[in-house]
Amino acid sequence: MKDVRDFESWDYTQIPLGGVSIEAGNSDDYETGGWRSIRPVWDKDNCTNCMLCWVSCPDSSILVKDQEMTGIDYQHCKGCGICAEECRFEALKMIPENEAEAE
Amino acid sequence: MAEQKVLAANGNTMVAEAYRQAEPDVVAAYPITPQTAIVEQFDKYVAEGLVHTEFVPVESEHSSMSACIGASTTGARVATATASQGLALMYEELHIAAGMRCPIVMANANRAISAPINIHGDHSDVMGARDAGWIIFFAETAQEAYDNTLVSFRVAEDKDVQLPVMTTMDGFITSHAMERCELMDDATVADFLGTRTAREPMVGGDHPVSQGMFASVGGAYFNLKQGESLAIDSVKPTIQRIGEEWAKICGRPFSLVDAFECEDADYIIVILGSSAGNARAVARELREQGVKAGVLRLKLYRPFPAAEVREGLKNAKAIAIMDRSDSFGAQYAPLGEDVRCALYPMDGHIPTRDYIYGLGGADVTLDLMRQVYSELQELAAGKLDQGKHYLGTNKAQ
Repeated sequence: MKDVRDFESWDYTQIPLGGVSIEAGNSDDYETGGWRSIRPVWDKDNCTNCMLCWVSCPDSSILVKDQEMTGIDYQHCKGCGICAEECRFEALKMIPENEAEAE
Repeated sequence: MAEQKVLAANGNTMVAEAYRQAEPDVVAAYPITPQTAIVEQFDKYVAEGLVHTEFVPVESEHSSMSACIGASTTGARVATATASQGLALMYEELHIAAGMRCPIVMANANRAISAPINIHGDHSDVMGARDAGWIIFFAETAQEAYDNTLVSFRVAEDKDVQLPVMTTMDGFITSHAMERCELMDDATVADFLGTRTAREPMVGGDHPVSQGMFASVGGAYFNLKQGESLAIDSVKPTIQRIGEEWAKICGRPFSLVDAFECEDADYIIVILGSSAGNARAVARELREQGVKAGVLRLKLYRPFPAAEVREGLKNAKAIAIMDRSDSFGAQYAPLGEDVRCALYPMDGHIPTRDYIYGLGGADVTLDLMRQVYSELQELAAGKLDQGKHYLGTNKAQ
């Protein structure tokens, strides 16, 4: 079977009829982190694992393991800032992307 | 042996009967004059249990086509009907149905578009949808509306086609006028149509897929559209094959264009839909007087049967292209542009006059057809200009 990740190189005979995606649930492969102009930075010491950010994130980019936050998925975080806005414990703050890249 | 019942019926009834026999899995529809009787009658069949269709009474045509698309992606056989402002309200979904290759069958009772408001027959509504990627048929009679509808289910769902089909008839003239019609027995139609085999059902299969995908970056959209364009360009042989198969069963001939006495005709009217009858009546009258008149009626409009049109017109000395719609600001009305485009590769130039007639259901009389043939004779003699003319309006004072 064709690998759906190669779809940009397909010609019209190779694209499935009607643009059907032959593999469901592959949006994880589409990295939207590049859209970001500001990024959330996590302060683990202030974090209480209340999960308000996890509930609020529209891109499921708050990474959690065993009911504890482990980090942020920068491959998919678009930098909307909702997590930092919702955080009650100053555990998340937004910084410009160019500053983060400079570090 | 196929048995046919003879009955007096109008176009709406015949389409409703075709839908009953095709028994779509889903019909989502909203009423609008002059097609309302199709879905009203079909809904009665659902209520009476004659069909096992899921009938979805939606709140607008925007919703009816959306529901049809959703149903079609699951692998269902889907049909609907609309007209005029309803078709216009579907505009964005029409493109989606074609782009997602949903084999939906939709009857359209051709009607004028506002303003001013007008419920009567012309082709302004269909012509606004001609670039949406649908296969489009124009029926002349109620009988042909029935035949075209049945053929359309087979064409739409054919594995080499998988495109939506619009089966149109002229509002009131064909949708509401009673004619002598023949209705095939249910079992024969069921055999002819079979059931739809979906290519990639979104639900219910072993291998789930996503449909209606995002293809915004890079060239995926561009490449896919090329495939869609080539798909509709290549459906004519399939339509011809399925049409002939039905013709053999029902005993009524099928062709993409209906060329009446065109072979040796000097003066030919090119036309769509119900007015072709009046054109033929006058052509017969002129033939008796020794004038070689012909009529080329297009049954298939999209994809445009350019080769068949060239073949039908090749011996003409003058051609009238008759449009029951206008394309404001364009050089010619839709059929005018299509036919002129088809004639361009031919050797030699045939003088052509374009007539816009019968907008908003204005009468299309035999006298108007006589006027057209008379002007064609003057055109061929070099006494008249080519160009675009409104036929039958009041003279500017």
